[in-house]
Amino acid sequence: MSTAVHADVNRRDFLFIATGAVATLGAALTAWPFISQMNPDASVLALATVEVDLAPIAEGQEITLKWRGNPVFVRHRTAKEIELAKAVKLDELIDTNARSENVKDGDPATDENRVVGGKETFIVMMGVCTHLGCVPIGNEGDFGVVEGHAKSGGWFCPCHGSMYDTAGRVRKGPAGENLHVPKYQYLTDTKILIG
Amino acid sequence: MKKMLKTLAIATAGFLLLAGAASAATGQKDAKAISYSFEGPFGTFDKGQLQRGYKVYKEVCSSCHSMRLVSFRNLSEHGGPGFSAEQVKALAATFTVKDGPGSDGEMFDRPGLPSDRFPSPFANEQAAGAANGGAVPPDLSLITKFRPGWYGTFNQLLNGIGGPQYVYSVLTGYEEPTAEIKAEMPEGKHYNPYFANGHFISMAAPLVDGQVTFDDGAPNTVDAMARDVSAFLAWTAEPKMEERKSLGFMVLIYLAVLAGLLYFVKKKIWADQH
Amino acid sequence: MSGPSNYQPKSAFGKWMHERLPVMELVQGQALDFPTPKNLNYWWTFGAILAVMLVAQLITGIVLAMHYTPHVSMAFDSVEHIMRDVNSGWLLRYLHANGASMFFIAVYIHIFRGMYYGSYKAPREVLWMIGVLIYLVMMATAFMGYVLPWGQMSFWGAKVITNLFSAIPFVGESVTTWLWGGYSVDNPTLNRFFSLHYLLPFVLAGLVGLHIWALHVPGNGNPTGVNVKGSQDTVSFHPYYTMKDAFAIVVFMILFSAFTFFAPNYLGHAINYLPANPLATPAHIVPEWFYLPFYAILRAIPDKLGGVIAMFGSILILFFLPWLDTSRVRSGTYRPIFKQFFWVFAIVCVALGYLGSKPAEGAYVFWSRILTAYYFIHFIVILPLLGLLESPKPLPSSISDAVLAKKKPLAPAE
Repeated sequence: MSTAVHADVNRRDFLFIATGAVATLGAALTAWPFISQMNPDASVLALATVEVDLAPIAEGQEITLKWRGNPVFVRHRTAKEIELAKAVKLDELIDTNARSENVKDGDPATDENRVVGGKETFIVMMGVCTHLGCVPIGNEGDFGVVEGHAKSGGWFCPCHGSMYDTAGRVRKGPAGENLHVPKYQYLTDTKILIG
Repeated sequence: MKKMLKTLAIATAGFLLLAGAASAATGQKDAKAISYSFEGPFGTFDKGQLQRGYKVYKEVCSSCHSMRLVSFRNLSEHGGPGFSAEQVKALAATFTVKDGPGSDGEMFDRPGLPSDRFPSPFANEQAAGAANGGAVPPDLSLITKFRPGWYGTFNQLLNGIGGPQYVYSVLTGYEEPTAEIKAEMPEGKHYNPYFANGHFISMAAPLVDGQVTFDDGAPNTVDAMARDVSAFLAWTAEPKMEERKSLGFMVLIYLAVLAGLLYFVKKKIWADQH
Repeated sequence: MSGPSNYQPKSAFGKWMHERLPVMELVQGQALDFPTPKNLNYWWTFGAILAVMLVAQLITGIVLAMHYTPHVSMAFDSVEHIMRDVNSGWLLRYLHANGASMFFIAVYIHIFRGMYYGSYKAPREVLWMIGVLIYLVMMATAFMGYVLPWGQMSFWGAKVITNLFSAIPFVGESVTTWLWGGYSVDNPTLNRFFSLHYLLPFVLAGLVGLHIWALHVPGNGNPTGVNVKGSQDTVSFHPYYTMKDAFAIVVFMILFSAFTFFAPNYLGHAINYLPANPLATPAHIVPEWFYLPFYAILRAIPDKLGGVIAMFGSILILFFLPWLDTSRVRSGTYRPIFKQFFWVFAIVCVALGYLGSKPAEGAYVFWSRILTAYYFIHFIVILPLLGLLESPKPLPSSISDAVLAKKKPLAPAE
């Protein structure tokens, strides 16, 4: 007698539990498209990478391009700028983290880690001050190469006075991080793919 | 029960009568009822056919017809012609797109990128009309969705609107007009009974046998090319069709299972009332 | 409401909330324990179906609005962007478009249920009138929503219907210009339609709240039309009707999914996939299927103002239904003559819908006029007379008796 009742309760509960489970699964699967529609759509993702031809950029010249809505500096550094960058010791830096998508998290901010594949002639960085997001001005500030009246390399942010050196590392605040280096790779010696 | 069935019958009949098409455009001949691989609830696109259809569009139609809602990258996306990313990059580069303004303030031309849309052959609608004797070649992105091949409430429920069939029929439906038709045919137009806006179409028959050569040696008669390009245009209008049908099948199965479960739950709960 | 609640908060948090905002008590009293007649048939599930459809349209609409641009030069393309690029955008769009049609299928069944079973009769007159108001707001919302994709039918449908306002004597032209925000349907019109289309569903939600409140004062009607006499006539809403409604909702979703996934454009107009062109009128301007009967009525009257009055009148007359129907008996189940006239009326509505889809010429116009006249005669002549002249069948003495009577023939012989 008691086993029959027990079995009856089990069957009824199983039906309710099964239905509840199926309904919950359906609700979750239904909710998914409503959440994913806010993720970047195909047309945004299509602009997620950009190819840059380095050949037209002369030594000492820099171009600014827009990538994922933000400015990116691509600078053809002079030999003196590279030398100056390499001469800086790590303990002189405010931020010793390389801040580059191309190296491991936490790697030091050596000049080598600020570029890719040992190709130190060009430097590629987000043109976004790490303090509050203004666009720094190139060939300005106290940490570039100075020859007479000419300044070469280095960046100065006009909003609150942060300064970056010839490898884009922050040397004077209020910014606290080096200019971020996005993921990029050399497709050929004169062409890079950012993103 | 009988009453419910009667109600359902009237409601269904009524609903089907109300929904669906209005009457046919004056004089448009019903499209030829050819079949496609993507018809029906389990239909899928034939990738080879879509690729051939793309080639026909590129080599024949793109000189006059824009396809501005389609991006090159769509050609490598799931559920479409299935070109590879490299192929798409190469084929995009064969198109010239406008970009700019450059730093000199002028617009400039550059080769297409996968992220670009198909460029229009004309700068604007007016230029398109001026170059084509006043007739504007319609954009082809959605043509298989706005041009029904046939009408009728039940007809369209069972057979769809026949959009791809419309395109096929127009492309293969040019006829020599009889003397009396020729008399009323305006200068410069051509006779095509399948055309949606009366029997006189401004476009001359665009396809001739052997016009496009396919790499795999597939047939390139007017009939074959018309089938291929109309299938391609069905894809440009509904690139998500395959995903829609496969998801739909799973949703219906799921809902049937859930309905069954809920039916028994309801019966169980109401058992003490019956 | 239906008596003092027996809600007892179980947790400390429950007690704390109950003293400040007694939501759980409200839910328990109005949604869980609410005594509901035990003989409701499946025609009664459409209220819940409608609530689900309202939520569905709200959610799909809000996410679509994240990607849509309400400007004449970008609207059409933004909808195509949703269809092609936005993650699951095609699904959201098709759900919203077909959801509107499903919303109207459900509302028509719900209305006709009310008309058959006399749900509009005392003491539920205000409930019925709020319902008519809900229907009017639904029609306004759907009309404006259809304009948003800015296709050929969006534009020309908007032009035809907004032009109707110019028929109003004296102020017609000014009202129409005011509606348009210009001298024809153009960008100002599109922009404001988007704003109002977003607003009205929330007005609907408020009206639905009032609708349910007005229902819960007397409690649900039932197929016999006989009042609830005691707890022997009712069951608690949960789990009896929550589960029955859930089942009905899922079956409804099957129909919804069949359209959305396998015939997503069937209920629309092909020509709306052509961008709006103010200089080229389509061969046949037709509204969405759920407006077709009213479109037929509009075109049946040769005079512009007369047509407008007849069209709006055909909906407004519904407000007076509780008083036009003079019968003391609520439910059509016990009114054999009324039952026949009800079905004739239903067929007339469907026929008017068919005529609305046809061009306004020849036999179509003739029959539209006959059936429009009949539509009004049904309300103004037939219903009042029927109540006075008909002899209804004897009513069951109570709901329980009706339920038991139904079971009797099924009494087991063994």
